[in-house]
Amino acid sequence: MSLQARFQLSRGDFTLQAEFSAPAQGITALFGPSGCGKTTLLRCIAGLEPGARGSVQLGQTTWQDAHTFVPVHRRGIGYVFQEANLFAHLSVRNNLLYGYRRSGGDQGGVDPERIIQLLGIDQLQDRSVQNLSGGERQRVAIGRALLSAPQLLLMDEPLAALDRESKNAIMACLQQLSQELAIPVLYVSHDHSEVAQLAQQMIMLDGGRVQATGPVIELLNRLDLPLAHAPDAETIVEGIINAHDERYGLSYLEFAGGRLTVTQADLPVGQTVRVRLQARDISLTLSQQTDTSILNIFPVTIEAIVEEPPAQQLVILDANGATLLARITRKSAEYLKLAVGKQVYAQVKSVALV
Amino acid sequence: MISDNDLQALWITLQLATLTTLILLLLGTPLAWWLAHSRARIKPVIEAIIALPLVLPPTVLGFYLLLALGPQGIFGQTSQALGLGSLAFTFSGLVIGSVFYSLPFVVQPLQNTFSAIGRRPLEVAATLRATALDRFFSVILPLARSGFITATILGFAHTVGEFGVVLMIGGNIPGETQVLSIAIYDHVEAVDYVSAHWLAGGLLLASFIMLLLVYRYNRRLQVLPS
Repeated sequence: MSLQARFQLSRGDFTLQAEFSAPAQGITALFGPSGCGKTTLLRCIAGLEPGARGSVQLGQTTWQDAHTFVPVHRRGIGYVFQEANLFAHLSVRNNLLYGYRRSGGDQGGVDPERIIQLLGIDQLQDRSVQNLSGGERQRVAIGRALLSAPQLLLMDEPLAALDRESKNAIMACLQQLSQELAIPVLYVSHDHSEVAQLAQQMIMLDGGRVQATGPVIELLNRLDLPLAHAPDAETIVEGIINAHDERYGLSYLEFAGGRLTVTQADLPVGQTVRVRLQARDISLTLSQQTDTSILNIFPVTIEAIVEEPPAQQLVILDANGATLLARITRKSAEYLKLAVGKQVYAQVKSVALV
Repeated sequence: MISDNDLQALWITLQLATLTTLILLLLGTPLAWWLAHSRARIKPVIEAIIALPLVLPPTVLGFYLLLALGPQGIFGQTSQALGLGSLAFTFSGLVIGSVFYSLPFVVQPLQNTFSAIGRRPLEVAATLRATALDRFFSVILPLARSGFITATILGFAHTVGEFGVVLMIGGNIPGETQVLSIAIYDHVEAVDYVSAHWLAGGLLLASFIMLLLVYRYNRRLQVLPS
């Protein structure tokens, strides 16, 4: 059941005017800078902004249009807020069961035991919510939302308030969950590495308007969008694990442009993975270097060059179908006589599995 | 010692305070909820009116209530139209007067509690399938428990302790409108200090215990407007 939404809302000098659709499955990121209307849009979809005009449909069900306004509690959504917002008067178990009991036991294919196990909150159930860490609270909040058997999961920067370690652990849970859940997930974030790791689709918002929509991998690389120009611009490429090298503790992946070497990953051969290549970690050479410590070197064709004043250039590269970005100095570009269509070698200093 | 008359006054006082507190909780809860969440322009006006009994001499309030309850007043006319006669110098009149007089003591603790809770827990509950009524009983009531305890005890205690308003609108009819505070006044007037001591001492102790309960269960008590 895909999601269709169109909303308009004015508040002071801010106007939200957004229209988008999201696929029936997988994580769709609502991405944009602070104050761009991501959260407001999410609240509109949930029905938490009664002042918003517009429409929202999930599959064949209309939650809101010119004649309809289904109240929040009948929309079949799960909502995870930025703060966990656990009910302070209830134990962890009763927090988890709050929506479960009210959803009429219709779990729509969601197995509560599995969710609790995946989130690693089995041991917390008899605790009081006051004694949980930030990461534990957010896990319980995610579990509570999922146990209400939602048809759509809305997440509003659920990891923004957490430390690095809790964040990574929960991200791994979310990746697993999103593969097992048969519902669409809308995930608000302003952190593009979070988006790159979790989401398949992306909706970019700015100033209350939708700027672009599409697959995450495409949007991260598009030069007409600000993401490619961020100081930490990066590209995501998909590859398949092809072998592990126990001797050196490395794994080899095949992607369109050739073979990538990464630190050994605890994943089966044949598994599709995403790797992140940062623009500032990619350098260019005219000939293939052999006397270098860098392992990841592959031939690429220059697709475009964009000036990044004062001193740098962003070079967009085609590695046999996969797009890479390299940020180099204008001085180097002139010295190497880089031009569109030229064949060069990209040297990637570090590759991180997403 | 305690006479039958005093016991009657005690019984009337308890009835009055209980009934007033119940009415105040019923009226005060939606009112406090509205005050806690509304951004209406009229809100400060309503807040000021509710807080008036905190600053007005009870005689002023009592005087106007007497007029309102009397045959020409708004309450009096309504009750007469319903065939109930005038309300002045009746127990019903006392209840109406006490509701006005004790209103801030119930509304303000509730309003503070509701403000502190905010809207978010309700939004969360709504996303978890709870209906409006369900949200009130499963989230607001338990989260606002201390506020309700404070409001109940203060509303009750303050009604027990009122004097000026009662004297103005209730008169001093034994067995009907004579409450404890007025019975004490009568004993003092009659230089019957022993009886006065029994009642005054009892009221002092009871009031202390009630306030002790409030402070015991609520760290942040605000009797006056914040």
